[in-house]
Amino acid sequence: MSYYGLVDGSDASLKGFLKTLSGVDQVGADARAAMLATRSIKTTSKRWAIDTAISMVDLTTLEGADTPGKVQALCTKAVRPDPSDSTVPSVGAVCVYNDMVGIARQHLDLIGGGHVGVAAVSTAFPSGRASIEVKIQDTKDALDAGASEIDMVIDRGAFLSGKYIDVFNEIVLIRELCGKRAHLKVIFETGELVTYDNVRKASFLAMVAGADFIKTSTGKVAPAATPPVVLVMLEAVRDFYAMTQVRIGVKPAGGIRNTKDAIKQLVLVNETAGPEWLTPSLFRIGASALLNDLLMQRMKMDDGYYASPAYVTID
Amino acid sequence: MSFEYAPAPESRSVVSIKPKYGHFIGGKFVTGAKHFPTINPATEEVLSHIALAGKAEVDAAVKAARQAYTSTWSKMAGKERGKYLFRIARILQERAREFAVLETLDNGKPIRESRDVDVPLAAAHFFYHAGWADKLEFAGLGTSTKPHGVAGQIIPWNFPLLMLAWKVAPALAAGNTVVLKPAESTSLTALLFAEVCQQAELPAGVVNIVTGDGSTGALIVNHPGIDKIAFTGSTEVGKLIARAVAPTHKSVTLELGGKAANIVFEDAAIDEAIEGIVNGIFFNQGHVCCAGSRLILQESVAEEVLDKLKVRMAKIRVGDPLDKNTDLGAINSKEQLLKIRELSAIGDSEGAQRWSAPCELPKKGFWFAPTIFTGVTQSHRIAREEIFGPVLSVLTFRTPQEAIDKANNTPFGLSAGIWSEKGSRILWASQQLRAGVVWANTFNKFDPTSPFGGYKESGWGREGGRHGLSAYLKGVGHE
Amino acid sequence: MSNRIDVKKTYKLFINGAFPRTESGRTYEIKSAKGVFIANPCQASRKDLKDAVVAARAAQPGWNKASAYNKGQILYRLAEMLEGRRAQFVDEITSVTGVTKIKAEKEVTESVDRLVWYAGWTDKLSSLSGALNPVAGPYYNFTIPESMGVIAAIAPETPSLLGLIDSIAPIIVGGNTVIVLASTKAPLSAMSFAEVIATSDVPAGVINILTGKKDEIAPWMASHMDIDGLDISGLAPKTHGEVRVAGAENLKRIYSFKSADPGRILAFLENKTVWHPIGL
Repeated sequence: MSYYGLVDGSDASLKGFLKTLSGVDQVGADARAAMLATRSIKTTSKRWAIDTAISMVDLTTLEGADTPGKVQALCTKAVRPDPSDSTVPSVGAVCVYNDMVGIARQHLDLIGGGHVGVAAVSTAFPSGRASIEVKIQDTKDALDAGASEIDMVIDRGAFLSGKYIDVFNEIVLIRELCGKRAHLKVIFETGELVTYDNVRKASFLAMVAGADFIKTSTGKVAPAATPPVVLVMLEAVRDFYAMTQVRIGVKPAGGIRNTKDAIKQLVLVNETAGPEWLTPSLFRIGASALLNDLLMQRMKMDDGYYASPAYVTID
Repeated sequence: MSFEYAPAPESRSVVSIKPKYGHFIGGKFVTGAKHFPTINPATEEVLSHIALAGKAEVDAAVKAARQAYTSTWSKMAGKERGKYLFRIARILQERAREFAVLETLDNGKPIRESRDVDVPLAAAHFFYHAGWADKLEFAGLGTSTKPHGVAGQIIPWNFPLLMLAWKVAPALAAGNTVVLKPAESTSLTALLFAEVCQQAELPAGVVNIVTGDGSTGALIVNHPGIDKIAFTGSTEVGKLIARAVAPTHKSVTLELGGKAANIVFEDAAIDEAIEGIVNGIFFNQGHVCCAGSRLILQESVAEEVLDKLKVRMAKIRVGDPLDKNTDLGAINSKEQLLKIRELSAIGDSEGAQRWSAPCELPKKGFWFAPTIFTGVTQSHRIAREEIFGPVLSVLTFRTPQEAIDKANNTPFGLSAGIWSEKGSRILWASQQLRAGVVWANTFNKFDPTSPFGGYKESGWGREGGRHGLSAYLKGVGHE
Repeated sequence: MSNRIDVKKTYKLFINGAFPRTESGRTYEIKSAKGVFIANPCQASRKDLKDAVVAARAAQPGWNKASAYNKGQILYRLAEMLEGRRAQFVDEITSVTGVTKIKAEKEVTESVDRLVWYAGWTDKLSSLSGALNPVAGPYYNFTIPESMGVIAAIAPETPSLLGLIDSIAPIIVGGNTVIVLASTKAPLSAMSFAEVIATSDVPAGVINILTGKKDEIAPWMASHMDIDGLDISGLAPKTHGEVRVAGAENLKRIYSFKSADPGRILAFLENKTVWHPIGL
């Protein structure tokens, strides 16, 4: 693989490349994210943002208690989030554990949701603590069951102990497994990487290794997709595009629970990576509760009344 | 469809502007003799008519201030004086939205800045100084605990309410009474502040506000009944004031112009540096004496920084100052716009390369697109003169010493910026820079506890902190 | 009665660590209180002032960079050298001013002690006027006193030695360099003090001493654009106004003092406030 001509796959070249990245000043990044959070999105732009956000949702269930019934209900909701309003777009994908991939794919196809992707969390999600063989098998299972997107976690232990090449090689391996069958999203668990310098470093490492998307978090660790973390990742994909002319997607996941949070994310995208990223093929929001809040806000905008949760489905 | 932000204007209904204003003297509003219009620079709409104070009004204001000083304020215990300042701080917080909207209407600055910076900081200044009023014996710094008496204060149009707070709060805390003159084009928030003084039941005459132009300012500067002059404005006027008071015993503080260097080293956190550059020169339309108006880039990163800066500048939202999403508002006056245009034209004629962010400027009002000039050298006038607008001159350097030499190669010395991720280099550069405020990995930050003021021709004295307070107390051992 | 002829000293200026004659070639006559000729000190010109400013400017960064400890030791060294030459200063003061020997001794003693007092200030100024400012945000924010640059001073006529010390020491304590115009009528102690300086590890150009006429030199000091501050304690109050007007051209900091206190040191220091974010 060429790795965009940025590294040659050796430890030394990877380390050398990562050293060229500029640092991130935490206070400055926080301030920029906070300033963008003051953007006031109203009327027509709010309506547009709500529909765009819905189409970007990776509707997620990642629980030990997941069952086929629960996943099928989720898929139904994903295809038609508001049964009473056909103008509401489908979400981007459903996101499930790998043993639920087949069930999800089958059910989506059955109900006319062929356009909705199935994302499988992989590589010993959420901790990433398993042998490489297990991680490979984990991914293969998901692909074989019809996953169109693989959300892999990186080995944070390796990253934090400076074994960047191990993290890199794992991503390369999973990338090869995905081939053309599936998009690869690489999850950093930014709450465990802690510093924005690490987030920037992980972003470039994953992009060079072949990620199609970089994703903040598993949803199992807080803090997750905070605005400044997403800002730093959006700056990384923007800079990577400047180097390679390749656009990598970004997926914040975890902690985005209401319309206001989601719109803040879209503002970050718009003013950081740029409007080219405002499409489900380059920006996804991993969430579950968010979808209903978006639907309620949409109802409020349509009929002028504040909505009641009784009018949105709980699936 | 792309993500266009629909207009999100802040409501004007929170303010009520009178068709005509007088002066605030001795605790009462008194009618002015002559008036001039004040306009909204974003629309050229006439907002009101402001009184032009002449000798009679200035005399009356000084007399009221002297009387209040002698009979009330100088006799009052510090802890009681402080309570009035605390009251003022609280009322400013209570009426924050009203002040923000009025400031934006009168000045042209974005509501986001008046709401998030000017007004909260003004309240913070009163709150901070309130606590000093009964602790003057601990102010130290070779000053006594004695106030000067009557302070004449002349403030600029770029931060009308905030500069009022910087002046009035320490003066009152130290026990002086004041005669304040807001800038000709931005009197409205000062006049609203007069109402705050009334609500706070501040004794009559402790704060007097006379409106007018430079002639009113000159009357204050030359008034024999005034003991202390505090001025914020241009270096040119500052020198006139320094000469005018030279033969007198008036104490003087001056906050004047600047041409701050913002130095970006190659190891900087580039994205935050870009934000710092933008904040440095485009905050408040560049109408900031400490604006980072000279960007000094290490050659090895110059191209990268300029490319990113242009991308970022293209995202600056220029337009209706009342829109909550506006980043860059209106130029404060036609006169200032002409000055910015003139100096920019000089930049063109001297061979610097102009680039302006592509943005649509409103038809009415005074506007100037965010602009940078590249290929600027120390010999260019746009590298030496204060433009006081959204115009950045870009220079480059090869070694750290060269950066410092260029930064210091100016008669000004108000502020400077450093961008580097290397601690020892930051501390070295901060020592070398001849400037009163050095922002390292940040820019244009202000706080009432933090002394602000210039070296060299950027002024005399500090504002904020213990150092700022001392300017309102008599010196010990000085004649 | 000895018939030995005295070896008399030619009093010169002190600029950049050397003892040049005035470029103008002018001198003026100093007589004792009893009217006996004592010396022909230099009547410095504006060009001598110009040269002294160049020397002071060149010396300033180096002096400023010296550690506070080092500056303190050098100032203390001045006191040591002065102490060792007490007799000479007592003689010069008595002969020129006609004061009693006891009074002259008192002045020299006070001068030595004053130097020691100033020497101890070098490493305490930032405790006195520095501050760590508790700003409302994630920033480390401090204010420190810093040297202002090149300061000129006009020493009072009397006391000629102690007044000179007060015109020099508080200025250089914080890293400034100085050009001082000595007492016109009693310049001998100043020129002898230059010899103390020359033997005290004070780097060349840090202290420059001129002798001459106040009304001639003061306006040039006030209008010189490369002088940052001016101590006019030795000028008649009635002339302060015009000096301040001239000094406004570059917004020179101009002060007059009545006593030796820390405020006198701080007056010729700038305050620098530095901000830096606190983050991971």
